[in-house]
Amino acid sequence: MAELVSLHDAVAELVRDGDTVALEGFTHLIPFAAGHEIIRQKRRDLTLVRMTPDLVYDQLIGAGCARKLIFSWGGNPGVGSLHRFRDAVKDSWPVPLELEEHSHAGMANRYVAGASGLPFAVLRGYVGTDLVHQTETIKPITCPFTGEVLTAVPALNPDVAIVHAQQADRAGNVQLWGIVGVQKEAVLSARRSLVTVEEVVDRLEPRPGAVVLPSWVITRVAHVPGGAHPSYAHGYSVRDNEFYQKWDPIGRDREAFTRWLEDL
Amino acid sequence: MNAYSADEMMSVAASRTLRDGAVCFVGIGLPSTAANLARRTHAPNLVLIYESGTIGAKPGHLPLSIGDGVLAETADSVVSVPEIFNYWLQPGRIDVGFLGAAQLDRFANINTTVIGGDYRDPKVRLPGAGGAPEIAASCKEVTVVVRQSPRAFVERVDFVTSVGAKRDGLGFRGAGPRRVITDLGVLSPDPDTAELTLTALHPGVTVEQARDATGWDLAVAADLETTPPPTAEELKILRHLEATKGGVSA
Repeated sequence: MAELVSLHDAVAELVRDGDTVALEGFTHLIPFAAGHEIIRQKRRDLTLVRMTPDLVYDQLIGAGCARKLIFSWGGNPGVGSLHRFRDAVKDSWPVPLELEEHSHAGMANRYVAGASGLPFAVLRGYVGTDLVHQTETIKPITCPFTGEVLTAVPALNPDVAIVHAQQADRAGNVQLWGIVGVQKEAVLSARRSLVTVEEVVDRLEPRPGAVVLPSWVITRVAHVPGGAHPSYAHGYSVRDNEFYQKWDPIGRDREAFTRWLEDL
Repeated sequence: MNAYSADEMMSVAASRTLRDGAVCFVGIGLPSTAANLARRTHAPNLVLIYESGTIGAKPGHLPLSIGDGVLAETADSVVSVPEIFNYWLQPGRIDVGFLGAAQLDRFANINTTVIGGDYRDPKVRLPGAGGAPEIAASCKEVTVVVRQSPRAFVERVDFVTSVGAKRDGLGFRGAGPRRVITDLGVLSPDPDTAELTLTALHPGVTVEQARDATGWDLAVAADLETTPPPTAEELKILRHLEATKGGVSA
């Protein structure tokens, strides 16, 4: 059963140096506050997993928390590049960053395999691309029934998955809605999980299209209103587009970034 | 005559390629602008699908990102990311993929991964693949919307992120890029060689300009066409859309 604890205590307990950590939320419900707490607690040597490492991973990478990134699209959506990510890849600042690069379809299927208790997933993907030559976790596989050659990618089973949701009840059951991304698969594929929520309610009202994660598949829940800012929580907040634009000059400059980090 | 910019001509030309009722997998940026313009002009029944899992999105303003809340609010259905790729894209249900590119070559291969140097030590690190490789492989056909310049239009891409028009033997279900719409004109793959050929110029653009903006010896079709200029209506709707980008529905 998921215990309701503070964000500080949840991160202190669940995220350890050297862990493989997935913070998911596909442009919506991005667990920024949890990412910031990982930075404050100075976790190191993390393997960060995320389909769309946007600002939250730019911040974690710039703060020196990561040694490796497993991803499929690393940019500032609608604005441009992630400059801390680029600096780490090109100039190893503040520490070198190893990359394991996939496509969205591949990453999504890797989480599905992880959530399904399977060692790998099969898809029609990557054929003819140069990703095949750079990423060891992309292999051809022959269908035993038709002989067709398809692509296999290994399961993702992070040590910890962290997602943000709109609501939890007092027993730690969680409900999220709107763009639901790959959060269900991330939580079910991980050994431990943390869900930060906008609101703790007495009773979860059923909603069409919502994802419900029962308390018994979640390790900890933390009440963190606004925990997705500058992304948004459908029904609670709107995306702070201005912040995404303001991040560009901060991320671009090591000194400006260091000042941001000191104020975190 | 209406005054308009080269970018506006590009968006209008791209939007006109979408037939009413088509199902379109939309990339963010220039492709999204063109697809939303089409839905507001000649193709009101165009089905817009974004990789965030929003099927049949009818945004009242131009979304700033593929996860803009307006896409979920106005969609016929919102599905998970694994589902959008596995159930909807992979089987070949989608008519047209609308993609952008950082770099594009003679055969319409797309690079959005790294430029210069090698993969481990590139000159420029770009965001990466996202949904593009499988969109390019599995949609029935692909339209690329990209500004034409010698930097972007290269003989050979530094990294093949998404496969272009040369795809024999790869087992893809889709035909791949059928046209590349730029700010100067339209390029289409030659039916025999798959090499991109200039098939149309936008009004006022010369063949010389198109050649100068291309990093290979650009072939030009014998029956080179001229794109009809944007209509007053198209421009009005496009400018209204651009003014609402990422903002409140108007």
